[in-house]
Amino acid sequence: MSDPTNAAAPNPLIPIPRGPVPLAPPAAARCQIEITIDGRKLSVPEGTTLLEAARSIAIDTPTLCYLENLTPVNVCRVCVVELEGSRTLVPACSRKAEPGMSIQTDSERVRLSRKLVLEFLASSVDTSTAPALRSYMERYDAHPERFGASAATVAQPVKIDNELYVRDYGKCILCYKCVEACGEDAQNTFAIAVAGRGFAAGISTEFEIPLPESACVYCGNCIGVCPTGALMFKSEFDMRQAGSWDESRQTQTDTICPYCGVGCTLTVHQQDNQIVRVTSPLDQQVTDGHLCIKGRFGWQFVQITAPAGPPPASTPKDAA
Amino acid sequence: MDLHLSAALPTEQERLAVDAALGIPSSGWTGGVRDIAVDGRTAASGHAARAERHLLLPALHAAHARAGWISPGALNYVSQRLDVPPAETYSVASFYGMFSMEPRPARVIHVCDDIACLTRGAGAICEQLENKLGPPGSAWLRSPCLGLCERAPAALFTEAGEHPREEALAPATADALCQIANSGVIPPGSPGNSVPQAGQPQLRLLQRIGKVNPQSLADYRAHGGYEALRKAVDMGPAAVIREVIASKLVGRGGAAFPAGKKWETLHNSRSNGRPHYLVCNADESEPGTFKDRVVMENDPFALIEAMTIAGFAIGAQRGFLYIRGEYPLATERLLHAIGEARAHGLLGAGTHFDIELRRGAGAYICGEETALFNSIEGYRGEPRNKPPYPTEAGLFGEPTVVNNVETLINVPGIVLEGGAAYAAIGTERSTGTKLFCLSGHIARPGVYEAAFGATLREVIDLAGGVSGSGRLQAVLLGGAAGGFVTPAELDIPLTFEGTRAAGASLGSAVVMLFDDTIDLRKILLRIAAFFRDESCGQCVPCRVGTVRQEELMHRLAGNHPLVSVTQEAAVLRDISQVMRDASICGLGHTASSAIESALKRWSIFQ
Ligand SMILES: Cc1cc2nc3c(=O)[nH]c(=O)nc-3n(C[C@H](O)[C@H](O)[C@H](O)COP(=O)(O)O)c2cc1C
Ligand code: SF4
Ligand code: SF4
Ligand code: SF4
Ligand code: FES
Repeated sequence: MSDPTNAAAPNPLIPIPRGPVPLAPPAAARCQIEITIDGRKLSVPEGTTLLEAARSIAIDTPTLCYLENLTPVNVCRVCVVELEGSRTLVPACSRKAEPGMSIQTDSERVRLSRKLVLEFLASSVDTSTAPALRSYMERYDAHPERFGASAATVAQPVKIDNELYVRDYGKCILCYKCVEACGEDAQNTFAIAVAGRGFAAGISTEFEIPLPESACVYCGNCIGVCPTGALMFKSEFDMRQAGSWDESRQTQTDTICPYCGVGCTLTVHQQDNQIVRVTSPLDQQVTDGHLCIKGRFGWQFVQITAPAGPPPASTPKDAA
Repeated sequence: MDLHLSAALPTEQERLAVDAALGIPSSGWTGGVRDIAVDGRTAASGHAARAERHLLLPALHAAHARAGWISPGALNYVSQRLDVPPAETYSVASFYGMFSMEPRPARVIHVCDDIACLTRGAGAICEQLENKLGPPGSAWLRSPCLGLCERAPAALFTEAGEHPREEALAPATADALCQIANSGVIPPGSPGNSVPQAGQPQLRLLQRIGKVNPQSLADYRAHGGYEALRKAVDMGPAAVIREVIASKLVGRGGAAFPAGKKWETLHNSRSNGRPHYLVCNADESEPGTFKDRVVMENDPFALIEAMTIAGFAIGAQRGFLYIRGEYPLATERLLHAIGEARAHGLLGAGTHFDIELRRGAGAYICGEETALFNSIEGYRGEPRNKPPYPTEAGLFGEPTVVNNVETLINVPGIVLEGGAAYAAIGTERSTGTKLFCLSGHIARPGVYEAAFGATLREVIDLAGGVSGSGRLQAVLLGGAAGGFVTPAELDIPLTFEGTRAAGASLGSAVVMLFDDTIDLRKILLRIAAFFRDESCGQCVPCRVGTVRQEELMHRLAGNHPLVSVTQEAAVLRDISQVMRDASICGLGHTASSAIESALKRWSIFQ
């Protein structure tokens, strides 16, 4: 031992850290970039998207296919902004700020494109469970009815093939979020993907086989990211069918998942003393709002209800 | 990720066909026979198998050519071989128009009902086939432009099996097609003359066509072939690029980007330690375009030599030649040429460059350069957002130069004569010569070469003038993504700047004539349907915009506008603007340009 202060020889298998535990190296300092948004000059760190930059000065930009915990796919185009010198509009959600960029977020061109995108979507899908999309429609004065009553839609029967969640692709805006959540961005299961092409494209398993035959592990992360209610808990779907779904009577409680050591945060949505669905906050540090089947669906045990039908036969103890 | 496969198994034939494309599986993990002694204690799939994902499309082609469709068993086998989740394999396979995901007869006739063929009787052919063979969908299918417009009306015969066959049938008649559909026997036909100028001394790009045997490297050499490569190697990459820059050669694929600039970017990043790629875009699916096909069929070595020079100049070790799936003869000739070049030490082992040919499978969008990368890599042919541009992050995320076939075949001449001499041809801003695709009501349809600066009238005269009724109604310039001009505009110079100034575009150099018997409304409807069919579906403006545009055009053509024609015109303007402004790629950006150009010039709908 070359270290004279070290009296007892340490167990070579368990190195004893001396001094403070080393910290992760500091993130390389990002240089600041000057850009102009709606006439206001601001400075943002390199790598900032135009969406983040706009949000940093409280400019609200609509998004549908963007989510903080997913890789931007920039397909819905509702976030487009006008970039000086660019022939076309650019998607704010994925375009990174570059020095000297000048952006308009509310020009006539921007408003027209956003309005048309919303009209295109609302004229082809059922938006009844897509509150964000509906509020954008109001903001941009969208009138999907101007394409006529016979405009083609993606209407189709609801897919109910398992006990946990339903897929109503008549509401799907093809934002790719569920595909990302099922694949590379979270679950790595790749049970679903976009099949077909053009207006006929849709989210699908291979050969449209039912979920129970597919690779799906029922993590429900696709439901967690779906912006339209196309993917919905069976519990919510059934209550909506029965007319009993009422968000004004619901409470949301954050708790920790009881199942494993990861300790995901669960937000338990409750109505009439029943858990009606479970979500997880996107800023949850461990899993960015993604869960597994246990946290997502495994809560029946807290609310075992008497099965329908005749009461169970009495046991000797009851009789006593 | 563990693959989750259904119980469906491939047939023995499907398995052999896929193995012929991918090689014999190396272990039970990737679809081979399970051998506990070999596979029992190691997992051999994962990264190694996934690194082969770029073979997904070739493997699907093999399975489809064997069985006539992609069966669940074949899909499972391909997925297992390449460790791709079956949902993704399905997602990729179902993207392509040539693949059927349902059982279909082995023999299928694809009948072109696109605009050039419509002017030459495709409508009647489809009607007769419907009577004799039943509705399209099994024995025959309607197809977008097959790139055989100079021989319209055209069809493509495909037959799956142990020895799959594919052959162009053009010009086609309904009777002949029915006979072929029933018997599978294709009577020998004459290929026609696709290059009416063949043999003329002033030709540069078409100089060897009709003179050289396209299947002989020796003959190609006897006609001056491979002199340019030798000179390029003597000059060195930097000097080659200097000449290409001096030539002011711009891309012929539609975007008119200076070729030398792209090349220089890659040359300058040659020592960044990353592989560099060359991609030749031979997807040629713009309706009315067939110039690249004619060159590839008749002078394939010219393209192989040009790619070799380009690869040398930009420091690429690998080049990919992506050709549309509907070009069987060009594919065969190019494969042969690549094989010959390899055998003679001009490519592959012992040299610094090799070329891989990849076939598309029926998707116009795969001609968009970033969609093309995705297609080669084994993903859906969906365009990527730009930036980053291909020269920074292209094929496999590495620096890539993409060039059109015609762009590349200009290069040997530039190397031999020097950039300055090349730049002296044509006009100040459009240098060199250009290939034009003349079709529709033209006396001698075909590919024509003319120096830049020739007017539309001169090019039409080269091809013998208007046929049909002899009275010209309209010309479509640049393809479905281009625009219409009237007979009063025939003095437009066919240069990049001249067409732009006239509010048109040169595009892929389509010059399609329509006489006054043609109902332009039908042509516009077909164009609207083309974009609706070919939209990849990724972004909302184009996925839904192309549908709304087509619906609106049908209302106008059927004379039942929603509120009024004026109101419909306003809605159409909005639709075009959002497609132009907010779509991801050039398909959406140009999906209404031909329609708009027509409505601006004629009051078609009243
Ligand atoms: C929808 C679409 C289809 C295209 N198809 C082709 C094509 O078939 N062949 C081609 O060379 N370029 C095509 N392009 C242009 C390519 O994206 C790219 O600009 C070109 O291949 C670059 O080569 P160049 O610089 O030699 O022209 C297409 C572009 C779009 C948007
Ligand atoms: S529940 Fe999970 S595994 Fe199943 S489709 Fe959704 S994201 Fe994929
Ligand atoms: S199902 Fe939902 S998340 Fe998936 S693409 Fe459709 S709208 Fe988006
Ligand atoms: S513009 Fe059309 S073809 Fe291009 S990415 Fe969008 S949907 Fe696909
Ligand atoms: S949020 Fe940016 S394109 Fe969808």
